This record gives sequence, structure tokens and C-alpha cells, in this order.
Amino acid sequence: MRPFKYERAADVDGAVARVAGRPDAVFLAGGTNLLDHMKLGMASPGLLVDVTALPLDTIEPLPGGKVRIGAMVRNSDLAADPVIRQRYPMLSQALLAGASGQLRNMATTGGNLLQRTRCPYFQDLSTPCNKREPGSGCSAIEGHHREHAVVGASASCVAVNPSDMAVALCALEAVVQVHGPGGMRSIPVEELYRLPGDDPQRDTVLEHGELITAVDLPALPMAARSRYRKVRDRASYAFALVSVAVAARIERGSVRDVRVAFGGLAPKPWRARAAEEVLHGAPATVEMAVRAAATELAAAQPLRGNAFKVKLAQGALATVMRELAGEARS
Amino acid sequence: MDARMTLRVDGEPRSLTVDTRVTLLDALRERLGVTSPKKGCDHGQCGACTVLVNGRRVLACLTLVVALDAAEVTTAAGLGAGEGLHQLQRSFIEHDAFQCGYCTPGQICSAAGMLAEAAQGWPSYVSASLTAPVELDDEEIRERMSGNLCRCGAYVNIVAAIRDTLGAQPR
Repeated sequence: MRPFKYERAADVDGAVARVAGRPDAVFLAGGTNLLDHMKLGMASPGLLVDVTALPLDTIEPLPGGKVRIGAMVRNSDLAADPVIRQRYPMLSQALLAGASGQLRNMATTGGNLLQRTRCPYFQDLSTPCNKREPGSGCSAIEGHHREHAVVGASASCVAVNPSDMAVALCALEAVVQVHGPGGMRSIPVEELYRLPGDDPQRDTVLEHGELITAVDLPALPMAARSRYRKVRDRASYAFALVSVAVAARIERGSVRDVRVAFGGLAPKPWRARAAEEVLHGAPATVEMAVRAAATELAAAQPLRGNAFKVKLAQGALATVMRELAGEARS
Repeated sequence: MDARMTLRVDGEPRSLTVDTRVTLLDALRERLGVTSPKKGCDHGQCGACTVLVNGRRVLACLTLVVALDAAEVTTAAGLGAGEGLHQLQRSFIEHDAFQCGYCTPGQICSAAGMLAEAAQGWPSYVSASLTAPVELDDEEIRERMSGNLCRCGAYVNIVAAIRDTLGAQPR
């Protein structure tokens, strides 16, 4: 590992100025992804600016029923928060579906959003990877790509975003608050992420030195009836093959309003607007859910080894719809 | 680049000067002679290095020690009171919850942290309700302990050992 300087930031402006002023500086929060990348030789910063002591570790109500989650709130604390459990259960479930108890105690809200793909080639310096080394090629397209994207990918990169939390936040239309050298801005979670196109090395629209300070949740009363379901190769402590976050208002067996987002299918959390359109006003049934997911993924371009994900996504949405319909009846 | 720092390890104040690159795991094992946390994968995938920092279970291999100035670190060696074994340690012995023993200190620290989380009412991904009181059945124990791998496959006895301590846990 390359030697680096370590500093603990005392305030947001100071942290931003420090990182913005040095091209090889990075923010350090939970460190669960960054430190691993430094050990693997994928990242070699010259300065770490520790932002964990910043006063960004609270979950507060905002006017109009919104909720502000500080960027340094740990994943485990967010999942266990009484307001989140009651009003946004799919967010708690998504967090609890991710990583392990130890990692959730370390990882932060802001860091979770910025974690990088677990594509094995991205993490293996001995193989070509356009995300790690632009122009070197993509090893996954013709290689091992069972976990990779079926929508939103490009000829240069087929890696998926690994976050569970971001899928629930995408369905909620949460908004990311960012402080940068040029001031503050707000970015909807869905727009935080880029599709790979020809330059897959950039995962998000954030500029160097921009720091996520909070994530705001809208009031969204229907989110009190919401679920996150994750399908993976083992029962726990694995990344998603497919996951789905659904919030729905179901009355007398019909879907009156719905939000759907998929994980594990794309380079970013995948808001499923076409699926939502199919479900609006439709019976809250397994059949309609399968049709909705099939419509969403009609243009999917699976690779040789991951076509199963299209069916798996249909099944995941159908299962959650059946559960939510049952909950609405009870 | 060196940094001077102080932390408490298993109740003892310890001062050290460390390179900023040193993880908590390497500081404990190589610098402070505290060898109960083990280095398994060194990438946050196996849980063998689990310790408690300020009472919460974390992975020592993915923690920079320089970031922990003034923290309270508890390893499996410091869980018991004085010379006595912690209840979890006794239960692991009684239930034969290990074979080679390499993952055991991490399993025990993780279990201690997990039981404290459950006592606070934290749900898990397998909890039927996010808001109901926590009932630690075997499925819950397995889910909450999934960050600790055992290559000998002693899982059945690990679950039994943890389950057996439940009656005496503060609820």
C-alpha cells in the first residue's frame, strides 16, 4: 500500500476544501470498500480525510413529513431506526439484506451509495477492465458474467451496482444532498448514478471534492406498505443476483399507486417505470406482476450466462406483490 | 507516515506510534501482542478478525487503527471478567462449537455484539416483523451470524452454543 497522510476533518467546508485541493485525496468514512481497494492496489490515495467525526450522524424529521438521514449514519443504525422501520420498511429490509452485522456497523449511508461494483475483474489487477483502466477492455463480456447487467450496460462495461440500500432509495425517490467546492446541490438518487457508456470509470455524477452530507426521504405515506426482496446464491451475506423494492397502495385488490426499483440488473439501481405503468390500476396479482416485470425488461440484453435474471426478476416482483396484496387484505 | 495514538485494549490503556497504513488487526497482533483476533481473508469476508469497538462488533482488518484514537477495543481475550471465561466461551466449549478454533475468537466477539444488538430490539432480514420484539430462534441466529465463516463447518454447534446462552442474557 502506498504511504498516505491521514487527517480527521473538523467541519464539512474544511473536509471539502482539503479533498478538492488535492487530486490524490479521498474522503474516508466506514472504509469497508475503500480500505479493501487500497489493499488490492486498486486505489492509492495520498491523503485520507476522515469525515466520520462530522456532525452528520443523525436522522431528523424535515418539514412536510420528510426525513433527513445524515451521511455518516451507520447502516445498522439506519436499519434499526424506529421511524425508518415504521414508515419505510423496504429501506430497513434493504439495509438488513446487505453485507454482515459487522460491516453494517461500520458502513455509512454516504459510503454505501458510493461503493463500487464487485465485478471480479474490476477487483483483479491482472485482468483488463475498462472501469479500472479505461481502454483496456472488458473481461466480463466474454468471461464470467453470471452476476452482471442485463439492462443499461454498454459494450465497454457490464458491471452492476452492488448496493441494496440504493435500490430502496431509488424507489423512494430519495434526494442526495451534496457539498462541493462550488457550493451545495441536490441530486435525486436515480440521477446520482451514470450508465457506463464509453467511460465506465465514473460511477456517479459527483465531481472530485464533492461530499454527500445527507439523504432526504420524501413523506410518501404508501411506503409504510413496502418490501425489499433479495435473491442470491446463498441465504445470507452475498450480493444480489436480483433484488426488488416495492411500495404499493392496494385497495380492494387493485394497485392504486406503486413504486418499483430493481437491483442486480443494471449498472445503477433500476427504477422500473414501465412496470409501474402496467401495475397502475391493475389487479394486485402474481400474473400482473410477472407481466409488469416482463414489460420492464422487454428490451433487456442478457449475456450468454445471465439470461436467467430476466425470469428471476419477474418472480421476485411477483412474490413481493403477493405479499403486499396479502398485507393489504389483513 | 507515523501517527501517535492511544486506545484501550481489553481494559488496558495502550499507546503506540503507527504508520497510517496499519489496520487495527495488524496493530493488535503485531504491535500489541494481542493475538486472539485472527487474520483470515484480510478483506472483510470471513469475520475471523471481529472485535468490539466501543461495544459494537466490527472487522479489525478493514479498520485503520489511526482512525480509532481513544477508542475502547475488546477482543475475545478480554471478554471474560478477570481469569474467568465469558458465558459465550463456556458455552462454545460445552457445545464443541469449533474444530480447529481459528474462527472462534471472531465468532465469540460477533456473538457478543449480536446479542447486544438483539437486546436493543434490532430486527434482521429474516425477522417476520420489523417492529415486534426480537425472538432469537435458530434462523435468526444464523442470519445474524452470517458474517462469520467456519471452514471446519461447526455451524450447527455454534448456533447451539449461542442459543444456550440466551436464557441468561439481559433482555
